[in-house]
Amino acid sequence: VADRNQKLYRVLTRNMVLLVVGVALAPLILTGIVLLSQFQEAYRAKVIDHLAELVQKHSQNIDGFLTDRLANIRVVARSYSVEMLADGQFLRRNLALLREENGGVFVDLGLIDSQGIQQAYAGPFNLAGVNYAEANWFRKARQGEHFISDVFTGLRGTPHFIVAVRQSAEGRDWILRATIDFEAFNALVENISIGQTGFAFILNHLGEFQTKPRYQVTPDRSPNLDFFKSHLKPDRVAVTEKTDQTGRKLILAEAPLKGGEWILCYQQESDDAFAQLHHARRVTLAILLIGGLLIVVVAFVLSRRMVNRIAEANKQKAIMNDKVVEAGRLASIGELAAGIAHEINNPVAIMVEEAGWIGDLLADEDPTSEENLAELKRAVNQIQTQGTRCKEITHKLLSFARKTDPDIHEVSLSEVVEDVIDLLKQKTRYANVEIKADLDPDMPPVAASPSELQQVLLNLINNAVDAIDASGGKVTVTTREDNGEAVFEVADTGQGIPEAILPRIFDPFFTTKPVGQGTGLGLSICHGIIHKLGGAISVRSEVGQGTAFTVRLPVVNRSTEGGS
Amino acid sequence: MIQTMVLLVDDEADFVETMSKRLTKRGLGVLTAYSGQEALEKVDRDGASKVDVVILDVKMPGMDGLETLAALKQKHPLIEVIMLTGHATVESAIEGMKRGAFDYLMKPCNLDILVGKVDQACRKKRLHEAKILQARAEMIALRRGD
Repeated sequence: VADRNQKLYRVLTRNMVLLVVGVALAPLILTGIVLLSQFQEAYRAKVIDHLAELVQKHSQNIDGFLTDRLANIRVVARSYSVEMLADGQFLRRNLALLREENGGVFVDLGLIDSQGIQQAYAGPFNLAGVNYAEANWFRKARQGEHFISDVFTGLRGTPHFIVAVRQSAEGRDWILRATIDFEAFNALVENISIGQTGFAFILNHLGEFQTKPRYQVTPDRSPNLDFFKSHLKPDRVAVTEKTDQTGRKLILAEAPLKGGEWILCYQQESDDAFAQLHHARRVTLAILLIGGLLIVVVAFVLSRRMVNRIAEANKQKAIMNDKVVEAGRLASIGELAAGIAHEINNPVAIMVEEAGWIGDLLADEDPTSEENLAELKRAVNQIQTQGTRCKEITHKLLSFARKTDPDIHEVSLSEVVEDVIDLLKQKTRYANVEIKADLDPDMPPVAASPSELQQVLLNLINNAVDAIDASGGKVTVTTREDNGEAVFEVADTGQGIPEAILPRIFDPFFTTKPVGQGTGLGLSICHGIIHKLGGAISVRSEVGQGTAFTVRLPVVNRSTEGGS
Repeated sequence: MIQTMVLLVDDEADFVETMSKRLTKRGLGVLTAYSGQEALEKVDRDGASKVDVVILDVKMPGMDGLETLAALKQKHPLIEVIMLTGHATVESAIEGMKRGAFDYLMKPCNLDILVGKVDQACRKKRLHEAKILQARAEMIALRRGD
């Protein structure tokens, strides 16, 4: 029983822990996930918007820079005649002016004729008279009004790019070109940086760098070049997320430059861009984890404490039950004692009368007459007989009162039935009740406490006798083996139990007897005892016909008995 | 004086026998019965004139003392009844007194006290009978006087 209880308590503890943890954690986790995802979305949108705005602003800035530089050269080209520009001195003065006005972004200035010969040159390199006829930029420059080249190394061996303006004079084309300082241009892009890994660069449509990337960039430019295919719309920034070959997650922001010939690429590692988000996520997870852990610990401790209380209460209840059973037994003994007092009174009365008779005889004139002597002898015998009767009665009562042993033994049901019937014989005789025992002598023993079993039988038979009114009746006690169970039945021909109170008869303190005559514990105790022994008690009753209580008890398994 | 006739009723045969011997020895006429039913039959057969006092045990199987008392008093109101009782049935004895028993004694009882009660009961019965006779005689005298 203790093992079964332990298991029961363990299951109870587990269920309580699961319930409390479930109820407490579910909303916590749900709230955490929902809030985190909402925050994540909002924060992402913010970061991306911020990037897009940044890239847009810078792309406009760079475009503005290029347009301004072009405008500078156009002003020079259109302000002066070809003859004036062909003068090296004049050109040098203009270059100095441009450098002064624009912070030194212009490196040199040259005038080229339609054959590609540099007619005049002002700058740090010795490039006067150089032929640009085969140069890519020259060919492009001749096709339009003006031209801004990609970055290239050219003759001078350092990266630079060219701003060229075509002018017609006297039927001939002239091209005024200026070289833009790569470092100055690069600074425009280099300054764009956020966080630790964010940087920007410019690509042409071949994927060649137009600026020097601040960090090593993977050689594969295809993710950037995809932009040319799909997003080539002016004034639009595309923000995409890609994973590069090394598995890093990158966030890319791209905007068209120079009328779609170039793109401004901004690249940052996702982890860096969303660093704050990740921090928030880590904090949330930590709170969830610590909170969850606390909940689990508290749930466990509380459940344990609760179950311990329940176990303690159950233990107390078991003790109380034992006490109630004991109280019921004492009540039965009290009831029995009242009947037995009268039973003893009869032989005592006979003994007193016999003693009185002896006294009478001794007071006679001739107490030693043969007739009187015989009478004296008979009287003494009678006293002895009645004394023995008294002794038997007291022994019977004592044997019941003394057996308070609640230990389980193997008990012969039929023997207990006989004992109890013997004990109640006198009571049934005066109540005009015929008590009949129909006992199966070959019954297997049951495992029970003899005193408890006695009590059950005493209660049931007592009730049966009480149910029969003064006109008399019959109580039948049968024992039999049925389906591997020991069955005994106490049936009476009494008044029966009304159906309305039938469900309540096993309740403690329920009695139909007048106050002071019944404790209302008898059947409740029977029920408790039988259940404790793993048996069952049932009743069927019909008003006016009688009542039968049937008790089923498991029999002792003989095979296991042999082993012990 | 006419011998007092006593009917001793108890289900314990040994008790009845010894008691009857002792009562006889004290000069009483003793009849015995072992149950309420038998007692009623004997009284019916012998008539009220034969039995003066019934000594009746309260607790008997079958017809118990109170029932016997009720039946007896109904048919033979003049017969006096002394109830014998054990401790557990004092209430029954009191109930018996209410129903017209002359007295009750706790069992086992002192025989001299019992005989004393029997004498008192017998005198009361005889007195009643005498009064009845006198009343009848007066009735007859009155009728004659008409």
